[in-house]
Amino acid sequence: MATPASTAAAAAGPAPASALLDVRDLHVEFRTRDGVAKAVNGVDYAVAAGETLAVLGESGSGKSVTAQAIMGILDVPPGRVTSGEILFRGRDLLQLKEEERRRIRGAEMAMIFQDALSSLNPVLSVGDQLGEMFVVHRGMSRKDARAKAVELMDRVRIPAAKERVTQYPHQFSGGMRQRIMIAMAMALEPSLIIADEPTTALDVTVQAQVMDLLAELQRELNMGLILITHDLGVVADVADKIAVMYAGRIVETAPVHEIYRAPAHPYTKGLLESIPRLDQKGQDLFAIKGLPPNLMNIPPGCAFNPRCPMAQDVCRTDVPPLYRVTYEGLAAERRSACHFWKETLRG
Amino acid sequence: MPEPHEPAEGAIAGTGAGGAMDLAASEATTLSPDGTGAAGPGGGPGTPARSLWSDAWRDLRRNPVFIISGLIILFLVFISLWPSAIASGDPLDCDLANAQKGSSPGHPFGYNGQGCDVYTRTVYGARASVTVGVCATLGVAVLGSVLGGLAGFFGGAWDAILSRITDIFFAIPVVLGGLVLLSVVTSNTVWPVIGFMVLLGWPQISRIARGSVITAKQNDYVQAARALGASNPRMLLRHIAPNAVAPVIVVATIALGTYIALEATLSYLGVGLKPPTVSWGIDISAASQYIRNAPHMLLWPAGALAITVLAFIMLGDAVRDALDPKLR
Repeated sequence: MATPASTAAAAAGPAPASALLDVRDLHVEFRTRDGVAKAVNGVDYAVAAGETLAVLGESGSGKSVTAQAIMGILDVPPGRVTSGEILFRGRDLLQLKEEERRRIRGAEMAMIFQDALSSLNPVLSVGDQLGEMFVVHRGMSRKDARAKAVELMDRVRIPAAKERVTQYPHQFSGGMRQRIMIAMAMALEPSLIIADEPTTALDVTVQAQVMDLLAELQRELNMGLILITHDLGVVADVADKIAVMYAGRIVETAPVHEIYRAPAHPYTKGLLESIPRLDQKGQDLFAIKGLPPNLMNIPPGCAFNPRCPMAQDVCRTDVPPLYRVTYEGLAAERRSACHFWKETLRG
Repeated sequence: MPEPHEPAEGAIAGTGAGGAMDLAASEATTLSPDGTGAAGPGGGPGTPARSLWSDAWRDLRRNPVFIISGLIILFLVFISLWPSAIASGDPLDCDLANAQKGSSPGHPFGYNGQGCDVYTRTVYGARASVTVGVCATLGVAVLGSVLGGLAGFFGGAWDAILSRITDIFFAIPVVLGGLVLLSVVTSNTVWPVIGFMVLLGWPQISRIARGSVITAKQNDYVQAARALGASNPRMLLRHIAPNAVAPVIVVATIALGTYIALEATLSYLGVGLKPPTVSWGIDISAASQYIRNAPHMLLWPAGALAITVLAFIMLGDAVRDALDPKLR
């Protein structure tokens, strides 16, 4: 069996020097009573300043765990980063002391969570929670921090910010709460934001507004944004490039429009085909057959092989490296972890 | 692009939270005259930077349950400190000739089995009972929540060791433990009794604190605070403790009543407080055998005990409610 780590790393090669965040061959596992779950198995991705990377994948594909490892908020134990590098502005975060990492969190990189209601402390007013960013990282007085909180709430367009700054999270609507989360993450103008399904808990009309706000603030502050999602619709408008994850590995990375035009991995293809379409009435929705693999027992070879319509013998034995995908008219880098990417690309 | 959508959500949120906003505004207006709300309503640079505790205090001051129980407790503290202010007699000035007599002028509660004035003894008894109850509860609550909270927060080996120690203490029967441990004490003060209660009582609070810290720790907002750079002490004190303290307060206030009752039990067995210390427990146990002949001897100290315990439980209830903003 080929070692997935070495092949993937070799294929990925050095990331561009401009990368703000460069994750290299990251492995994370969870030790539980039932065994070791390999949640992340050699993830490589890079984000530059001002760039939006969308990380796609179904539940359990390791996209959130990768984000937690980058932020340094993995639950240890049972979680553990077993190998890899997380280079943030050239420094390997995994080598830093916990106290140094804590100072980076919030100030230089911040995270937005899925469910804003449960991500805000119910017993603290939103002003207190927003202001806390300035108290913790800037040593501001409570009064100055409160003024900053009002400023931030204005910035994320919460009406009547001055009056509402003393209210508690449960007194806000879902969209407003997510704006407050965004304001908290933006507070210290970090250079990287990780948004973990920021709009999943919102209703559709509010989703677009929140995404637009996020994209607008990102442009203003020239931040790198990692957008974790399983919603392909959200991705198309805002992302620059896409990384598709499956069973803890990146299976495809590509500029966003290329991937919609022609996927180079059967899993991506399946994902795109399973989007409900408005123009075709009365048809059954397409679903990828089978279930995602048990992370304690990932199939040998390509992890997707039991569900893949194109699987051959080689897929059951050899882990596919991240092949460089090339074709005429492709400007940016594109990769696919499929032995048969050429066939997939052709459709 | 966002501009056209913008008013829509603003309007929806506005109607949704309209009631709450009006409420907040009116509260701010009513608040400012008495000076606690800092500047006036409507924010501005002077928007009061209220904390959880100041919000809770503002709520408590309007809660009749809190006011009534608070007044009872203040009164109890007052007579514990200065019993002679409302009882002119001496609780140890007894005359057996008056034993078990009912109420008479100047002695409204009558006399007890030793011919002592029940009113004077009930007033003087507050000191021992309140001291034992309050000190034992404070000791138990502080020790239990610190140890339990740290075990719950850090987990791992600390947690395992502490949990086993709690189990050991749980296995000690209270009355038997009291008989063994307190029988060797010769001191006439309340401190050995309080120390014994703290020693056996902290595991109860520790377990509750540990459990509620573990529950609070798993909340997304603790993870979010961590992701935004909060340190361990800050997460514990700002985000976990306020969300974990409610069960501790409730159990502690209920426990306060049981400690006062336990003091009575231990005194009855002769290992708690000893005469000439005056306590409700001593009087209740002494009077209990005469309940059919002279019920007044039992009813007054027992009534005082019941009111005290009730007042503390009501106070605990009000404080718990005030600390939960969702009930506002």
